[in-house]
Amino acid sequence: MTVAQITETLDGTLLVGQELLGLEIRSACGADLMSDVMAFVKENVVLLTGLVNPQAIRTADLMDIKVIVFVRGKTPPKDMLDEAAANGQAVIATKHTMFVSCGKLWEAGLRSGGTR
Amino acid sequence: MKLRYVVPGDDLSFAGRASAEVKRALGRLGVDPSVVKRAAVCMYEAEMNMIIHGGGGVAEADVEQDRVRIILEDRGPGIPNLELAMREGYSTAPSWIREMGFGAGMGLPNIQRNADDLSIESKVDEGTRVTIIIKLSDPPAEQP
Ligand SMILES: Nc1ncnc2c1ncn2[C@@H]1O[C@H](COP(=O)(O)OP(=O)(O)O)[C@@H](O)[C@H]1O
Ligand SMILES: [Mg+2]
Repeated sequence: MTVAQITETLDGTLLVGQELLGLEIRSACGADLMSDVMAFVKENVVLLTGLVNPQAIRTADLMDIKVIVFVRGKTPPKDMLDEAAANGQAVIATKHTMFVSCGKLWEAGLRSGGTR
Repeated sequence: MKLRYVVPGDDLSFAGRASAEVKRALGRLGVDPSVVKRAAVCMYEAEMNMIIHGGGGVAEADVEQDRVRIILEDRGPGIPNLELAMREGYSTAPSWIREMGFGAGMGLPNIQRNADDLSIESKVDEGTRVTIIIKLSDPPAEQP
């Protein structure tokens, strides 16, 4: 599933990372706890989170996660978006809740979770 | 190669920067990406601990032929009961830390899982020194 398809499936808005629209994503991690993100070992991951905080961007970067979705209508401030852009990450905002967002991605065929 | 960072305890805009820089440096050296990731996870958890619990300190990464040694040292309150601190879910973090996505009590266990060797020296009222070893030549450690 591409970043463009994820954005569309979530009725979302791509805030930064236009150049990643074609990137293929294979698994998803839904988490508000950064230690949970760090226990998630997979490649080509989208992170869904309700945590609007620079640590979400930094933790994702550390885990080579290129795509971050902020759920429940939260929009990150500009400095966070700048940091994501500098890291080469894409950021998507969706009004859907964490549960609905994960459900929609699952329904659209994104089935792989993480391992620990 | 030796990298050294002073990590402030009162400015969260720097939190995670030292780990990100070490990660990039290891990547540039051509270290296996999965090994880089393990080193980065360990250092980031320990860096956040140093900021959140230790009031900031000094982070060092020493890259040798066959291993990286990462040392994080603070002059904070120390850890009174190390065995307890190592347990999954044990945390003394205040709630504002939880709002940052930390403080779930998974940091030290996460480091233990990802490091090839972890040693923690801590004295109450004196500080904490966390030493993490990541081997560069061997395949990643088995996940329990
Ligand atoms: N550098 C440190 N200085 C003082 N206490 C620490 C330090 N690192 C860890 N601790 C103690 O160990 C506990 C467990 O750490 P950790 O597993 O990382 O969980 P968390 O950081 O989520 O609380 C902390 O809540 C804290 O009480
Ligand atoms: Mg911690």
